[in-house]
Amino acid sequence: MTIKGQVWKFGDAVSTDAIISGKYKFKTIDLEELSQHAMETLVPDFAKRVKRGDVIVAGENFGCGSSREQAPLVLKHLGVGAIVAKSFARIFYRNCVNVGLPVVECREAPDRTRQGDTLEIDLRKGLVVNLTTGETFRAKPMPEFLLQMLEDGGLVEQFKKYGEFRWSTLSR
Amino acid sequence: MGKTITEKILSRASGHDVSPGDIIVAPIDACVAHDGTAPLAIRAFREMGARKVWDPSRVALVIDHIAPSSSEGTSNLHIMMRQFAAEQGIRLFDVGEGICHQLMPEKGYVLPGRVIVGADSHTCTYGAFGAFSTGIGSTELAAVLVSGKLWFKVPETIRCLISGRLPQGVLPKDVILHLLGLIGADGATYKAIEFSGSTVAEMSVSGRMTLCNMVVEMGAKSGIVEPDEKVREFLRRRTEAEGEYLKSDPDAEYSDTIRVSAEGLEPLVACPSSVDNVRPVREVEGAKVDQVFLGSCTNGRLEDLLEAARILKGRRVKEGVRMLVIPASREVYLEALRMGLLQMFAEAGCSIYGPGCGPCPGGHLGVLGQGEICVSTSNRNFVGRMGSKEAQIYLASPLTAAASAVTGELTDPRRFLGERS
Repeated sequence: MTIKGQVWKFGDAVSTDAIISGKYKFKTIDLEELSQHAMETLVPDFAKRVKRGDVIVAGENFGCGSSREQAPLVLKHLGVGAIVAKSFARIFYRNCVNVGLPVVECREAPDRTRQGDTLEIDLRKGLVVNLTTGETFRAKPMPEFLLQMLEDGGLVEQFKKYGEFRWSTLSR
Repeated sequence: MGKTITEKILSRASGHDVSPGDIIVAPIDACVAHDGTAPLAIRAFREMGARKVWDPSRVALVIDHIAPSSSEGTSNLHIMMRQFAAEQGIRLFDVGEGICHQLMPEKGYVLPGRVIVGADSHTCTYGAFGAFSTGIGSTELAAVLVSGKLWFKVPETIRCLISGRLPQGVLPKDVILHLLGLIGADGATYKAIEFSGSTVAEMSVSGRMTLCNMVVEMGAKSGIVEPDEKVREFLRRRTEAEGEYLKSDPDAEYSDTIRVSAEGLEPLVACPSSVDNVRPVREVEGAKVDQVFLGSCTNGRLEDLLEAARILKGRRVKEGVRMLVIPASREVYLEALRMGLLQMFAEAGCSIYGPGCGPCPGGHLGVLGQGEICVSTSNRNFVGRMGSKEAQIYLASPLTAAASAVTGELTDPRRFLGERS
């Protein structure tokens, strides 16, 4: 699975409240409506400006706070192709995989990537290439069953495809 | 090599002798979702083509985040939950029953040694009862509703050894804020935090819930306290099931041990706008306060109301300050009512609302405007959390909240308690 897109750069500790505020998320689960407010405290017109395939690049603890799955869902709905961060909050990371939004943990890439650069990500190889600067970075490897879930499009799609949850195969 | 409580619970649940880093599949003993997360879980459940929940008796649905509803949209999501609960035979705790993390233990869903998940990040609260509990997303909750199982990575454990007596004016909230300052907002990511030592042994179940509640603010997966007689006593009236009262082995391996001397602690606040921006209250005294919130799954229990009452009794909330008091559950509300606490709060100038999450998630009941400052006993102070992105939230103990309500500015509660060290 390869993702290529332009970079939106964010800092450390982007909370799920910042991704989608409690002001909106209790009123609807319509993603078209909710996604209009994605990231609005950080970039007021993010929803209008983000393009399909764009990549979010951020610092530490991306997605901290609430377990709200609306956060990865609105980003995916807007077409965000992947999130590359130095580290992720645990629940957010799992939620991304479950909704089929690729997440890449990479220590080096964020500091060496600027807003608007073009990144190419090879999930299986665990490589992040900054096509603008020509630099290549190694991502933290992801367990095989999570990679498969991303490739299948998330947990619901995977369940529909196989008629079972694939982690049952993990049981020793 | 010995095992921690968390490793023992996950070994028992998975049927394997587990170590940190192992990925396991475990049956789920109980799960919960609320009005912020259940609607997406219900949608995912339907999308999976599922018809029946694996075991309705192990599921609780709670309407607590926006309770009662403040908009037509929210009301429609509440209807969706009620219909699903009725269709599946799931118990739904409706408007006014309380916050899910207070209800789960009160209503007997939580037992020591059990594996519990919830579509809410503060599901880690039940570690106070010696259970392994952690927050998950809505889609995984749907997977649990379908299959009754979930995968987990066995976490390493950080041990927090807290010993000695808490000084006057210092509460469990100050203990966890102190640890947050030390460990940082992502210092415990993927880990379990085990609280032990004489301070924790002496602490009430309510105080232990405050500790475990906020471990997620350090990125942790779960918090846990060795279950004891206090837990047994709490559960006695609530469930006939026993649970497993596990202890960590003396030779259990911890990724880190943090020692805290309780005697050296003082009232603390997490300053805007990060949970680990922790400072002594005395250093930030004087900031003008617009709103004070006493409540939430962190500090909305009877003990918290009693602490606040120590300061508010016979005093008045400062003119120009709005103080909101929201008991965490109907049980807490009724007990506070019987004890005359609610009347006392009302006489002091507080506004009292029905059990629920209140202003904490920023959806209703006390949404902050531009430039407003709130002292809150809740657990998050991110930019925009309770409303305007220009508002500021200080997280504090019930004592600090009450003291600040009386003076109208951030105030060290020891000023009211006859001792100022």
